[in-house]
Parts: sequence; structure tokens; C-alpha cells
Amino acid sequence: MNWFVRHLQALLFALGRLARAPFATSFTVLVIALAITLPALFALMVGSLRDTTGELARSVSISVFFKRDVALDRVRQLADGVRERAGVATVTVIPADEALDTFRKDSGFGTAVDALTENPLPHALDVRPAEDAATPSDLEALQRHLETWPEVDLVQADAEWVRRLDAILDLARRLLLGTAALLAVGVVAVIGNTVRLEILNRRAEIEITKLVGGSNAFVRRPFLYAGALYGALGALLALVLTLTVRFLLAEPIGRLAASYGSDFTLLLPTLPQCGAVLGGAAFLGLAGAWISAGRHLRTVAPRA
Amino acid sequence: MADLTPMVRFDRVHKRYRHGASSRDALTNLSFDIAPGEMVFLTGRSGAGKSSVLKLIGLIERPTRGQVLVNGRNTGTLALRHVPAFRRQVGMVFQDHRLLTERSIYDNVALPLVVAHTPLREIDKRVRAALDQVGLLDRIRALPLELSVGEQQRVGIARAVVSKPPLLIADEPTGNLDPQLSREVMTLFRRFSEVGVTVIVASHDMALVRESGLREIVLQEGRLAGSEPSLDLPPLTAQR
Repeated sequence: MNWFVRHLQALLFALGRLARAPFATSFTVLVIALAITLPALFALMVGSLRDTTGELARSVSISVFFKRDVALDRVRQLADGVRERAGVATVTVIPADEALDTFRKDSGFGTAVDALTENPLPHALDVRPAEDAATPSDLEALQRHLETWPEVDLVQADAEWVRRLDAILDLARRLLLGTAALLAVGVVAVIGNTVRLEILNRRAEIEITKLVGGSNAFVRRPFLYAGALYGALGALLALVLTLTVRFLLAEPIGRLAASYGSDFTLLLPTLPQCGAVLGGAAFLGLAGAWISAGRHLRTVAPRA
Repeated sequence: MADLTPMVRFDRVHKRYRHGASSRDALTNLSFDIAPGEMVFLTGRSGAGKSSVLKLIGLIERPTRGQVLVNGRNTGTLALRHVPAFRRQVGMVFQDHRLLTERSIYDNVALPLVVAHTPLREIDKRVRAALDQVGLLDRIRALPLELSVGEQQRVGIARAVVSKPPLLIADEPTGNLDPQLSREVMTLFRRFSEVGVTVIVASHDMALVRESGLREIVLQEGRLAGSEPSLDLPPLTAQR
């Protein structure tokens, strides 16, 4: 009997055991599903916020004001230089005349501006960082670089809100990781305890199997598959619950976001994310079963 | 030249069971040999040590002192990882049958072959042959509790012999059977012995033992009280 057939038998045997106790199996799977659903929803929320704030980060810009005696050609030259820098998305040259025209139109001080004998505004650059380089530290590094130019009078980067947002998201991410880790331990414990009870229930069968020459690996194998199946089934139900909750919340969240002028939406989990949840939960189930079976099967010795 | 290595050798075996602070000597300085293909009875009163002898042969227990050699292997020093393979060489029959009540007769008998990773086709062939030998081929899909006590015992015997072990041990196999069924079970054991299987039967059914005319190893308070010599085996020290 080859390796594949042995494992297939153990898997089918474990499936059969689970199917023969539908109430107990459903209850365990439901507990695992609830433990996975909570961090899954939280992860979706954090992911959606990150996605939305990524859009906001793209609107972050750095304004570079040159000394008034710097010629426009030199400004254009410097602009070309900064465009080559990694982490810079766009660089727009704002000549002093254009800036004054804009100010005249938009400020409401048009007549006062006309009274000026000379343009008090300098040439300027509007530098926007790339999406993947809009973190507070990236912005600060870019700002420091621009400040080293001798032609520059002032560099302004309003990165404070980005820093705050980043801190909030970081906190949310850590909370998510902490919650997920705690609930993962919970899943391991639930499955470990289920396997322990199963071993106690099947004590006589295990004894007989060992009496006729069943190795520990042979006896343990169906329990490991049962643990992995509990985890995978729990994850499957958790994904269904997550999608259901997401479906129920999508419309009210959309309305709330729209009232703030935002197009925020709760993301759908991607296929790789679903696969990771399924695989991770199956692994946790396997780990719980392994720990429990390793510990409790040793106590079941055959007796004549 | 005949193989004179005994199938089972007890060499000054001592077995002490400990329960917390107290302890009890089950076997004391017990020595005997059983030849390959021989069928012997272990007799004695309750508590004489019959079950302890079988537990030591089946490696359910290990000796406290002395040596138990089964088919040339010292069970006292056998590594834990080799115990399952060792047990597959020893068929065991119990008074209470020890069947898996939720599994069919077929699955029960197939178990020793399944744990030994025997190919499925071979399992099917051997399970049917074993059930045929004990006259239960027509009950192959039944559950143990659907069978009579005698039939359950025969299923236990089929399970014990299905992997063709060289050694068969039976602990009070006729304890729950009427005289007629007891004789049938003994006939089965003799048939296995005739084809080279060593059979050791622990029994307190003296009528059955005497009727068989086979060698008895008589135990009394864990000591050898008597044993008819059967085969001319070399002395214990010569084989170590």
C-alpha cells in the first residue's frame, strides 16, 4: 500500500468520523469560524482604509520655493533633476508670473495685486511623491534633499496628517495582528481539545489498533487529518460569514462615506487571501491536533 | 536439520507490578521454552500469572528482570519504535474478543493487515480466507454485536491469524463459551498449530486442557509448578 493510499484512507476515515457526528462537528466548526471571521472582517476594514488612504497619499505634495534671483531656466533644470529621483511621481514647474496670475484670480485681491510694481512671488515647484513613497519618512527624506539646493529658499511639506494617518493605520494593523494571534491560539486550543475528547472516546479502538501492531503514526494520522479538516471547514464557513457581513454592510457604509464626500468601500477578499485563510486555518488545525494527539495518544497503551 | 531455536523462551523472568507505593510480584524466576509450531496450555488458578506471561510475550509489558525471547528477539530491550512491527508477528485472542463494535466483521479482521500497509487486494483475499477458515465468510458485512458470543470469538481468532503470524497467544479464549463451542475453538487452534503456528493458550478449563493431551505449563503464584518436557531444546545458556 503506497503512501498516497495510506493518507487517502486516513483522510476518508477522518471525514467519515466528522460526518458521523454532525452536531459536534458543526459546533466545533462554528466556533472556529467565529474566531476567524472577527480578524478577517477587521483585516478587510484595515485593507480598505489603507486602500483609501493610499489615494489620499497621492494628493500629498511638497512645495519648493526658490530664491527670487533664481532664473526660470535654472528652476526647469533642477525640476528635470528631481524627476529622475526614485519615489517622485510628478514635478510641476510654477513660474512666478503664472503663480501671480493664479493668485490674482483665486484670492479675491486682484486689484491689490495690480497695484504691485513687481511680482513678489518666486518661481516654485510642486513635487508629488510616488504612491509607494508617500510615507512620512519618505516625504521627510525628499524634503531634506530639496532643502540642500542652494537656490531654494523654502520647502513646505504638510506631512503631519499623513503621519497621523499612518500611525492610526499602524495601530490598527498591530491590533489586527494581536487579535489574529490570540484567536489563532484559540483555534489551536479548540481543535486540540476536540481531538483530545475524540481520543478519549476512541480509547478502546486505539488500544486494539496498537495491540494488532498499529504504529503511533498510523493511529495519529486520522486525528491530524481531522484537525486540518476542522480548521479548513471553519475557515470556509468564516469566509462565507465574512462575505455575508461585507454584503450587508456595503450599502450603509457606502452611504455614510458618501455623506463625507468619500468613495470608501469595503474591499472583497482576493482569491490568494481566501487561500491563505483556508491554508492557515488548516495548518492551525493540524498543529492543534498534532499537539493534542502527541500528548494524549502516549497515555493510551494497549492492555490485555 | 530441525530448527531448535525456541519460539518463546522465558529465562529467569521476574515481573513486578507497581501501583503507587505498593507493588506485587506477578512472576518469579520463571523459565520455560516453547518450540516453534508447538501448542501449549498455560494453566493455573486466577492470579497465578498466566495473563502476565501472555502480556510479556505480546510486549504489552516488559520483564522487571530476566529475559523474554520471542522468535529470537529479546523483548526487554526492543526499542519502542520496533514494538508495532513486533506485535504484528504475534496474533492475540482475548476472552472478551476486543472487537471494534462500530466496524464490520470484515474491517475488524482486516485491521492487522491495514496497519501493516498490506495492498488492498491482498487484504481482501486474506480476510476472506481467514473468515472462511473460522466459518464466518457469510457474515462478512455484519457488525460484531449482531453475532453470537461464539461467532465473535471466531472473528477474534480470524483477526489474530489473518496476517499469518508465527505465534498465536490466547487468553482464556473459551472463558465465555459453552463446551461445544470451546471444543470448536480448540480445534481451530490445533489446525493452526498443525501448519506451523506456535499456539499458547492460557486457560483454567482443565477438562479441555486434559482432553487435548497437549503440554501444560502450570503456574502457581507466579512460579513454574510443572511442565511436561516436549522438545529437546538446547540449554538456555547456549543460545544467548
